[in-house]
Amino acid sequence: MSGYLTIITFLPLLGAIVTALIPGRNERAVKFSAAGFSLVALLLSLVVAVQFDPSKSGLQFVEKLPWIPQLGVSYFVGIDGLNLPMVVLTTLLTLLAVLASWNIKPNPKEYFALILLLEVGILGVFVSLDLLLFFLFWEVELIPMYLLIAKWGGPRREYAAIKFVLYTLAGSALMLTGILALYYASGAKTFDMFELAKTPYATLYGAAFQTVVFFLLWTGFAIKLPVFPFHTWLPDAHVEAPTAVSVILAGVLLKMGGYGMIRINMSLLPGAAREYAWLLGTLAVISIIYGAGLSMVQNDLKKMVAYSSVSHMGYVLLGFAALTSLSVNGAMLQMFTHGTITGLLFLLVGVIYDKAHTRQISDFGGLATKMPFYAVLFTMAGLASLGLPGMSGFVAEFLVFVGSFASLPWLTAIGAAGIVITAGYLLWMIQRVFFGPLVPKWAHLEDARGLEAVPLVCLMAVVILVGVYPGIITGIISSGVAPVVAKLGL
Amino acid sequence: MNLFLLLPEISLIIVGVVIICLDLLVGEENKSVLGYLAFIGLIFPLALTLALAGRNESSFGNALVIDPLAIFFKVLFLVAAGLVILASIDYAQRLPIMQGEYYALVLFATAGMMFMASTRELISIYISLELTSITLYILAASIKNDAKSGESGLKYMLLGALSSAGLLYGMALIYGSTGTTVLNDVAAAISQRGVTAAVVLGLVFLAAGFGFKISAVPFHMWAPDVYEGAPTPVTAFLAVASKAAGFAVVMRVFATGLGPAHGIWPSVFAVLAAVTMTLGNVVALRQDNIKRMLAYSSIAHAGYMAMGVASATTSASSGIMLYLAAYALTNIGAFVAIIAFSNRLQSDDINDYAGLFRRAPLVSIGLALCLLSLAGIPPMAGFISKVYLFLAAYEAGLAWLVVLGLFNSAISMYYYVRVVRVMFLKEPSARESLATSANLGVALFVSVAGLLVLGIYPSPVLQAATQAAQVLFP
Repeated sequence: MSGYLTIITFLPLLGAIVTALIPGRNERAVKFSAAGFSLVALLLSLVVAVQFDPSKSGLQFVEKLPWIPQLGVSYFVGIDGLNLPMVVLTTLLTLLAVLASWNIKPNPKEYFALILLLEVGILGVFVSLDLLLFFLFWEVELIPMYLLIAKWGGPRREYAAIKFVLYTLAGSALMLTGILALYYASGAKTFDMFELAKTPYATLYGAAFQTVVFFLLWTGFAIKLPVFPFHTWLPDAHVEAPTAVSVILAGVLLKMGGYGMIRINMSLLPGAAREYAWLLGTLAVISIIYGAGLSMVQNDLKKMVAYSSVSHMGYVLLGFAALTSLSVNGAMLQMFTHGTITGLLFLLVGVIYDKAHTRQISDFGGLATKMPFYAVLFTMAGLASLGLPGMSGFVAEFLVFVGSFASLPWLTAIGAAGIVITAGYLLWMIQRVFFGPLVPKWAHLEDARGLEAVPLVCLMAVVILVGVYPGIITGIISSGVAPVVAKLGL
Repeated sequence: MNLFLLLPEISLIIVGVVIICLDLLVGEENKSVLGYLAFIGLIFPLALTLALAGRNESSFGNALVIDPLAIFFKVLFLVAAGLVILASIDYAQRLPIMQGEYYALVLFATAGMMFMASTRELISIYISLELTSITLYILAASIKNDAKSGESGLKYMLLGALSSAGLLYGMALIYGSTGTTVLNDVAAAISQRGVTAAVVLGLVFLAAGFGFKISAVPFHMWAPDVYEGAPTPVTAFLAVASKAAGFAVVMRVFATGLGPAHGIWPSVFAVLAAVTMTLGNVVALRQDNIKRMLAYSSIAHAGYMAMGVASATTSASSGIMLYLAAYALTNIGAFVAIIAFSNRLQSDDINDYAGLFRRAPLVSIGLALCLLSLAGIPPMAGFISKVYLFLAAYEAGLAWLVVLGLFNSAISMYYYVRVVRVMFLKEPSARESLATSANLGVALFVSVAGLLVLGIYPSPVLQAATQAAQVLFP
């Protein structure tokens, strides 16, 4: 039973070392090694998912070992309804990212080693239940991501990469201050999240302390999610990163911010979460509308998808801000579904960029005649993103709106208008790119097939599956959300 | 008069003298033998030090004391000296350096530092400080006919002499106010007679004198020039061992000797820390010479450690020692990699490091790991030592300093990542691979392995550091 999480988290590290040791000339071995290790990680996480019992409260697959007793830091990992979907999402998207970058040049060996190292960091963030361990893994993912963007990215890659690093670091500095404050204030000499959650910070230190620490931590997560006005690193990083890295960035890295908000902010500082719900909700709605509005005016497909991520993460924040059981469940589900849908969208953009070497919407037209399969997938992905019933996006957004309306009616009403704008830019983009007369210079384009199509179809299948039968995931999520919401006292 | 306690230093000096004598017998081409002999000779003092571990005795009227603090620092100095000697062997062969004397001087300097860490009496502190400093002045100037090396040695000597004078004046004031030079008795006298103006003045002069040694602002001006001009192994030795010795003495003098003045010196060091870390980090952003960049980075790290001094608690002191252990391994690793590159590239300019990952992958990865450890990225030792130190400072009520330190760490990422970026992302100017000698490879491997192990499993070192810190703040 135990030991699974450590294996899942550190297997990609072994994979990175093995991949790095294979001589660079043997590209096939490098690629198969990377794919193999990520596949095994995915299978193990699915085994954990199957064996996880949502009806039992509390953590499962727990491993707890003292690490630095002088500080009270322990190697404490475990699975509950909050992080299990994230772990599965991470391993799934990493495998698909590896498959999608099968023909990466130059230096595929370093590329795949860095992707596996990145996976270790992300998985570690999700499974850690000790605050310092959480922060440690949060920092681990910085350098691989920097190198991945800065070496294999687009024309402005170095600017985008260093911007990403500096924004994240600033957030980490604030986060660490918050973590140290929580540790010291509780007097419990431990970084265990659950022990710290038992400390009544409000009664011991008053509202001001809670507020300051809440926002120190929240800003760090808000930069990651990202929330307006900290979102400006995202368009640059997403656009300049290579396709598969964008998939991981948008699909999982952003969710680290949301996960941090619910796991740390809401669980340890519920009083401040209640008090500032209005502020968080307002920022969420601004993100939704602003992100959607910016997507509307983009001509670059990838930039459009990037801004749509800002908008969709606004739904997540709205769900968290509303603090009702339904809305928080919806937000958690939105994190998972957005990961799959946006991952799919970035992969699709990557396919057309590989074939046509341009991402400008104005360059395209009538592609559906030459690439019908691809057009169908892209249209379905667009419909999923705007929340068409039958796809997973609808379930998540519906839960968020129904749940948020109960506590933040006006904000929810404005936020729901964001769906209209989303539908606008997605349908308009699909119409301009795929329908209408065929632009003659694309007459030679081939449809997506073979290895290109595999990740696309996989993600599409997940999107439809969760859309038609959300019970697969919602049961797990609600078992994790219930204790948090109970603590909020609502 | 327990000479047994002095055996580590005695054996070290004997090894040094033997090296000098053998230098007369060994021919010009075989001088590297002396280096290996010096390296092996370090086994004796190391074994003797470890044999003395666990004791808590003093001798020579408190001029010599063997306690966990002394043992911790002695081991640190010996390990640093060993790695530096290993890294010097090829470097010394290439340059017109007097070789036998070089190795012997490194050993004498180490002996001086070992004395510095294990004495509780002001005059002995001064003498051992001078032993260390004078040997380091000579070592800094040891590349003959090189203007930069001579300049660095001269600058170091002049400024060092000035600060030693200030130090001595401070010690004189303290002696005048208390009538004794033994630190424990000094503390007793101050608590009896109160903190007079003379004591405060003496405290300030002591802070200034020791501030020079730890390169705190505004006593840091010598560091960039000396680090840049001195032979790189000597720079590594300076950056690591001399700074550690400075902190050992600072902790002893202020915590033990001037303990009753605890309303004054922590604030002095807090201000010193704030200014030092900020200036070090900000000026490092603009450096193009990697040795100067590391000089300013070591100034910044001295700032972080001064924050630990300002906190004046047991956990902060053990944090300083853990930080020094991590810092020692990291800096030596970084300088070893720089030696490896400069041996082949004949340049210390960061822009000449372009694309070195293609030409020397393992050394580049080693350098990258060391730089990232200095920036505080897990799982390297720099991360956990920073967190521990910041936490201790926060507990002592220096939250403002912790926040400043965190932002400084974020700023410092830029100049560390810049080197990583140049090595990994830029195209190299030539294609052939850079060979590295076995000595440098071993030294780099030991440093990097050490800092990874320390980062993942710091408990044993932390245990030793905590025991050592309890000597200062029981």
